[in-house]
This record gives sequence, structure tokens and C-alpha cells, in this order.
Amino acid sequence: MLAMLALIYWQTVIYSTRQTDETIDAEITGLAEQYRQRGLAGLVAVINERSNPERGSSMLYLLTDQRQNPLAGNLSRWPDLEVEKDGWMRFQLSDDGRRKGGPHIAQATSFMLAGGVQLLVGRDLSENTAFRNRIVAALASSGALMLVLGLIGGIVLSRRALARIETINRTSDRIMAGEFDRRIPLKGSGDEFDRLAQNLNAMLDQIERLMAGMRQVTDNIAHDLRSPLGRLRSRIEVALIEPPSTERYRDVLQQTIGEADHLLATFTALLDIAEAEAGSPRAQMTPLDLASFARDLADLYEPVAEEKGLRLTIETGPGPIEIRGDRHMLSRAIANLVENALKYTPAGGTIAIGVTVEGVMARLTVADDGPGIPAEECDRVFDRFYRLEASRTTEGNGLGLSLARAVVRLHGGTITLGDNGPGLVAVVSLPLAPEVT
Amino acid sequence: MKLLVVEDDREAAAFLVKGLKESGHTVDHAADGREGLMLATTERFDAIVLDRMLPGMDGLAIVAALRASENPTPVLILSALDQVDDRVRGLKAGGDDYLTKPYAFSELMARLESLLRRGAGGKTLTTLKVGELEIDLLARTVRRGTVEIELLPREFRLLEYLARNAGHVVTRTMLLEQVWDYHFDPQTNVIDVHISRLRQKIDKGYAKPMLHTVRGAGYCLKAA
Repeated sequence: MLAMLALIYWQTVIYSTRQTDETIDAEITGLAEQYRQRGLAGLVAVINERSNPERGSSMLYLLTDQRQNPLAGNLSRWPDLEVEKDGWMRFQLSDDGRRKGGPHIAQATSFMLAGGVQLLVGRDLSENTAFRNRIVAALASSGALMLVLGLIGGIVLSRRALARIETINRTSDRIMAGEFDRRIPLKGSGDEFDRLAQNLNAMLDQIERLMAGMRQVTDNIAHDLRSPLGRLRSRIEVALIEPPSTERYRDVLQQTIGEADHLLATFTALLDIAEAEAGSPRAQMTPLDLASFARDLADLYEPVAEEKGLRLTIETGPGPIEIRGDRHMLSRAIANLVENALKYTPAGGTIAIGVTVEGVMARLTVADDGPGIPAEECDRVFDRFYRLEASRTTEGNGLGLSLARAVVRLHGGTITLGDNGPGLVAVVSLPLAPEVT
Repeated sequence: MKLLVVEDDREAAAFLVKGLKESGHTVDHAADGREGLMLATTERFDAIVLDRMLPGMDGLAIVAALRASENPTPVLILSALDQVDDRVRGLKAGGDDYLTKPYAFSELMARLESLLRRGAGGKTLTTLKVGELEIDLLARTVRRGTVEIELLPREFRLLEYLARNAGHVVTRTMLLEQVWDYHFDPQTNVIDVHISRLRQKIDKGYAKPMLHTVRGAGYCLKAA
């Protein structure tokens, strides 16, 4: 701002100085014209007329003869010349009573005319100086005003910004203190602060969801891994309290191995899910006919279904349905779906496996007419260890669907559960292999 | 049988050596890859149990070195890398079977003995005979005594595998891998159901069964 004010001042000074110069030049041109036309007498007359104090002009004139006696003009005597640069004389104008306000600076130039007559034409710079002073005053006051207003505005703005930041700070403090459901209040103005708050809130929501998921997993690990470990331990303990019996020991050890195997299987499943979710680089994607793949699985499980009094049907259409996939990973995933259907469908029911083509996707469905899953649970059952309350007592580790989803996603596909009216239908969509031409 | 165990984990090795000795085998142990390779090349073993992660040398490199020197000793690879891909790499390198840690000792024994038998009888058979059971691998027919038994293709494959390992235990995992080529752990008793179907066909109506369940291990087909 200061620089701007200085620039304005400087420009003004240059302008007024140039104006002074031009005025004097014009005056000289005028006087020279008079002198040429009317001679010395004419010049004297014009000067006298122009230097009449009534006109209030700031121009200075002095015409002297060869002995420097004044002939005409409004200066009493030839000035004591002070400086002589750029062709101008600058001198102190003594106060001769007609002018107020102490000594003035004047600027003038002089000429030698014929017969030793000298002419001085100049201008009193007091007006210039006054003008300059007024500019300085105006600039100073407006500068001060701008400064004050700017300061006030700045303070108000920064206080508002700081207040919003402070709100965010307070909220995060409370969140850190354990109030995880707190959110940063929004002003509704949609400005940068609101957007920041929105993003932070969205991030907090995401973190809360993840934490809830983690808590669920940890709780379930506690339940699903601790209980069998506890059982295992008490079984061994009881066996040691009982009277020694090799037969009994064998029995207990056999059961212990069973428990340990179950625990190991759970851990393996957890690791496999984690690996599939991380996008396993070890997956061996090879061309795979989903139709014959499904027929093989149906062939494996058909006797199990029959044993349980269920009907297992397979419908794949005539031709092969080519996808790219890791047969072993996929077989595990789809086997989980079939085993779920086998587990939950009551005797007399039907399990239908089907493979169709829908656009660029191959669709494998496993449908049963069992009790199904409430619509609101259809997403949650994919969470690790998540199990419907009703099924907590049935066998299984609650990881089958998590693994199935992780594997299907690794193959670029989707898996959904839906109502089969009645029953449950699991739909796996996998991208068809690109046509080889 | 004379076996070599190459395993750096001392406790795992001690447990393995003890188990194999109690099953009636002579066992040598090498604690690192170099010693293992040296023993394997200087002495004759009937089979080698080889850990993949060894100090000094990758287990697969040992197998590759043995096969390069035309040493045909069957090798069972042990690994903590539980992925089908690793299994494939292990078998490609010249291993004969692959087992992931942690494993059940009964599983290891069953697989090892299967390897030992394979090492013994290398000739291609067209007929398998177990007691009065006769399996024609070309015509894909089965007879028990004089009675022809109708089997579905998958039942035939199951019986064939059991017959090839007649008199020895085969585990459920081995059956799922060898007969169906699946490498997962079913949550249902799917193998048991297939076995009981097969049993219905080959044992029903006979005083002495041939297909036995070995508790905690698997199944065994033997002469009645």
C-alpha cells in the first residue's frame, strides 16, 4: 500500500513540475511574440499588465536595463542566483509584503535582450508546494484510513477463520477424548471451511465404520477362537484329573487334534481372505470353462445332498462358458456357497446350480428353497465372522462368504445374495474371457 | 525303509524323526540345505522329506539338483507357503508331493507311504487286484469275485485310487486332491458320503468288508 501511495505522490510531483515548466515556456513564447511585434515598450506594457497583483497570477516577471534597474515586473530586484541546473534558476523569493507565508521558492529563466536589457520570467512555486502538501496530506490520511480499515477487516476475517479452525480443533479434541460420534458442525455456507469439515466428517464416518468392523472381527475372534481354545484346555485338564486310562487319553487327544485342526482351518481361512483381498499375485488365472467347473462341483456334492434328502440340480446350457480364473480359489469360493445351501436347506428342499451368460458376464447362481436371509442381512453376512444369530450354534466358522467374496472380487466379479422366494439365491458374476480371434 | 528328513526347525525335525522311527523307518536328519544335499547325493534313501525354507539353500534347489543328477528318490516337500501356486512350483521342480505346514502327521505318513509304493512299482498296470476285487483299468469295469459291480465314473476313480494304495491309509485330503483335483478343506463330510456310496456297492451283502474307515486318519481298502 505504501508503495502505491508513493507512486501516486511521485506521479503528481512529476506532473506538477512539468506543468510549471510548460507554463513558463508558454509565457516566454507569448512575451517573445509581443517583443517582436511591439518592441521593448510593448513588452513593458504587457509585463506590467500581466504582473498586476490584482490578477492573482503566480507568474513572476522582471525586466531590467543594462544597469540592472528594473523597468517592469513584479520583482523588486534581480534575484541572487542560487543554482543553475537543467537551465532553470531556483531562488528564494524574499517577502516584499505582497505575499504571505514566509519565503517562497521560485523557478525562473532569463534572457538577454538587445541593448543589455534582461528579462526574467518565472513562477512562484508556492502553489506547487501547497498542492504537493495537499496531495501528501490526502495520501497520508487515505493511507491511514486504508490501514485501519484493512487491519479491522483482517482481524475480523482472521478471527472468523480462527474461530472455525478452533471449532474443528475442539471437535477433534473431544473425538480424541473418546466421543467418537462427535462431528464438526457445518455452517451450510458451502465455503472452504464447510468443505473441509465435510471431508473430515466423512473421514471420521469411514474410520468409525472400519473400527466397528474391526471390533466385530475382534469380538468374533474372541468368541470363535477363544471358546474352542477354552474347550480344548478344559478337556485336557479334566482328562488329567480323571484316573489315568490310556483309552481315555487317546480319546481326549483325538478330540484335541480335531479342535486344533478346526482352529488352524479358521486361521488359514483368515489368511486366505486377507491375501485374496490384497489382490493375490499368486492367483493363477487360466482359461476356465465355468459350465464344466460347475458340473464338477455339482458332481462332488450331489451325493451329500441326496444323503440329506435334498435334490441338487445343475443347469448350464450346452456349450462351454469361458472365463479366466484360478480354479482352486474359485472352487473353494463356490464350494462354500454350495455347502451353505446344503447346511441350511431342510430335507425335501432343492438346491439349483445354474450357469448362464448375461452380456459380458458369466453368471453362476446357487439357489435353495430354505429359510433364506432377511434382506437387511444380505450384505452383512459377507463380513468376517458375521453369522446370523440363528446359525451361531451350527457348524462353520463364519468365514465362508467372506472368502467367497474376496475370491470373486479378485476375479473382477461380484457376488450378491437375494431372495429366491422362498429361499436364498447367491449370484456370482464373473467377466467372460475376451474372445480369442 | 530308509528316509532322509531335511528340516531346520529343531523341534519340528525331532517330532518328525520320532514319528517316522516309531512307524518303523530308519531316519537320517539334516538341519540345513547343504548337509541335506550332501547326504541325499552320497547315500541312498527310499524317500526324502524336505522343508522348503532352509538356511543355506532353497528346498526347491535341492530337488532340482537331485533331478539334474538323475536321482529318482521320491521327494515330499513341506512348506509353510499355503498356496496352490507354490504347490505347482514345488511339483514342477521335481517334487513328488507337496504338503503345507501345519500338517497332520497321519497325513504326512499316508502321503509318504504312497510315495514309497510308487517308487517301488513303477510299471504301468492295466488291472488292479485287491483280494477278490478286480479292476480293469482299460475296460473300466469292476468285479468282486464273479459279480460285476456297476460304478459311476467318479466312483470308479475313487476305487482306483484306493486300490492303487491298497492296504494303506489314504486321507480325505488325498482323495479330494487325487480324485477330484480340489485343494480345499470341505466344511461338509463330502468325502465320507462318497465313500459310503462306494461301500454300498462293493461291500453290501458280503460278510467281510474291504473298505475300512481308519479313525482320525482316513480310509483303507484291503483284501477281506
